[in-house]
Amino acid sequence: MAVFFQQFMWSWLAYTIAGLIHIGLIINLVAVGALVFIWLERKISGRIQDRLGPTRTGGKFGWLQTLADGLKLITKEDLMPAGADGMLFKLAPYVSFCAAIAAFIAIPFAGGDYPWIAQHINAGVFFVLAVLGLEVFGVILAGYSSASKWSLFGAMREAAQVVSYEVPLGMCAVVPVLLAGSMDMVVIGDKQAGLFTNWYVFNDPFTFIIFWVYFTCATASVNRAPFDLAEAESELVAGFHTEYSGLRWSFFFMAEYGSMFSVSLLAAILFLGGWNGPIPIASMLGLTSENHAVLGYLGSLLGLMNVIGKAVIGVCVMMWIRWTVPRLRIDQVMTTCLKYCTPIAAAMFLGATVWRLGLPGKNFFGLQNSPASVYEVSEGWERIAEPAAESEEPIIAALPGRTAEGAQ
Amino acid sequence: MEEGIYWPTFFFLLSSAVACFFAFMVLVSTNIVRMAFYLVLSLAATSGLFFLAGQDFVGAMQLMIYVGGTLVLLIFGVMLTSQERFVRMHTSGGDWVLSLLVGGGLCAVLVLTALGVPEWQAPERAAVEAIALENTATPIGMGLLGARVDTLSVEDEVQRGGMGGYLLFFEIVSVHLLVVLVGAAYLARAKRKQAVATS
Repeated sequence: MAVFFQQFMWSWLAYTIAGLIHIGLIINLVAVGALVFIWLERKISGRIQDRLGPTRTGGKFGWLQTLADGLKLITKEDLMPAGADGMLFKLAPYVSFCAAIAAFIAIPFAGGDYPWIAQHINAGVFFVLAVLGLEVFGVILAGYSSASKWSLFGAMREAAQVVSYEVPLGMCAVVPVLLAGSMDMVVIGDKQAGLFTNWYVFNDPFTFIIFWVYFTCATASVNRAPFDLAEAESELVAGFHTEYSGLRWSFFFMAEYGSMFSVSLLAAILFLGGWNGPIPIASMLGLTSENHAVLGYLGSLLGLMNVIGKAVIGVCVMMWIRWTVPRLRIDQVMTTCLKYCTPIAAAMFLGATVWRLGLPGKNFFGLQNSPASVYEVSEGWERIAEPAAESEEPIIAALPGRTAEGAQ
Repeated sequence: MEEGIYWPTFFFLLSSAVACFFAFMVLVSTNIVRMAFYLVLSLAATSGLFFLAGQDFVGAMQLMIYVGGTLVLLIFGVMLTSQERFVRMHTSGGDWVLSLLVGGGLCAVLVLTALGVPEWQAPERAAVEAIALENTATPIGMGLLGARVDTLSVEDEVQRGGMGGYLLFFEIVSVHLLVVLVGAAYLARAKRKQAVATS
């Protein structure tokens, strides 16, 4: 985008404007997303419990309910406990919110030659996982600085839970990285182009199982029910945000809904084909950037709708689980992570690797040949497997100790 | 078209200023939780420097390991020292002397090394963009598996012989970490058993 603006103005101003547009879009995505999701959660929980949910605010369906809630929250008194650590107490919500937003910097919304991404980071998956783990930092600060036992207990539980669930979560996220041969999320999404049979969730039985493990761990790592012990109303009042009120409290909630959205986006891109719909409508209609820039833009727009639609479905499933499944005890939460999710993820990781080696060039449970454009080994493997162009000999042979005479 | 603010320089100065300021705040603060908070900010600003240099993988690594590790430190700091007498730490005179010696020595080495470079060059935009485009984590990953992709461009046979993979170091570090994990689990369990026995 900066390159586009550079044609019209000074380059420093172009970079500033491009950066501001990206920041504005991301903040709006998180904030408006939270607005919609809170309303959606009320409606879905109402329907599941055979109620109507909000019906009146804003005319039909109560669609302005969250805005009305927001107005109420702004007018609430901003309280701080007497024994609190003032600076940390005030900073904690912003720390959480910043971490939730920062994950969106590296998440692409459309791929192809001109990916829609704020900052194209070539270790994107790794970056997003690293940043998602930082959100709990604000929670710990909030729990400590509130000078309240409920807050401290809630924060400690949440910290233990999130830190534990990052292990299986990372292990699950590695499998698509392995299949795509890249940590670049744009590459991972583009390699699943074509029919839905190319999606990594259907690649083999192991990835199919690991997708559900990923979803469970993602639900736990964003502290949604049935893993919301840290905010269990019946025993811990409200956990780490017991002492918060008004706008500061709502920042925590925006962060929670933001990270729900980002783990669902990650699931959509890693496993569910990202911006590629179940049927490749965009490429069928010729909406690619090879034909025309405007057509490519329309295709990317379709991709954006696809990826956001998949993520919204993911968030809805999380809500459905929340209002259906009873809450686990804290020891059951830990057992689920350490005794079930981690070993299953490890075994499936091994299985996916072996499957890949045994059936190269196949996908959709090994029933179908991968298109040539999708099945590409990464650059390094290619250079190991085949004679490299510039050295005339395989790289393995060029390595010390690996030559025929070196290995005796 | 190049006049005005040069953003890489601006963000380099900003990140280093934030890193240095919060590193200093770690030094002067006496509250253990605030200290950890400042440390996290300082380390995060350092990862910003890595991102600025086009090294995304190292930057994400810094976020994951150092910032995440400090997070765990913070958790334990709060959990184990939530009593009032531990939360505020006061440094004695001897500690100050010792830390000044160690820190001053390290700082002197760094300053000497920095001044020893004959010619500092500011990064050029073309070079930075080339790095950002070309640099992927693949060579690092291949190196960890024992195959150095970058040796292909080295002509000299002797030099190439010295550029082995990182497989051995990687394995040693993994085994070391495993031992640390087992040890930590053992210590934690032993403590709990003792507590059960005495109660």
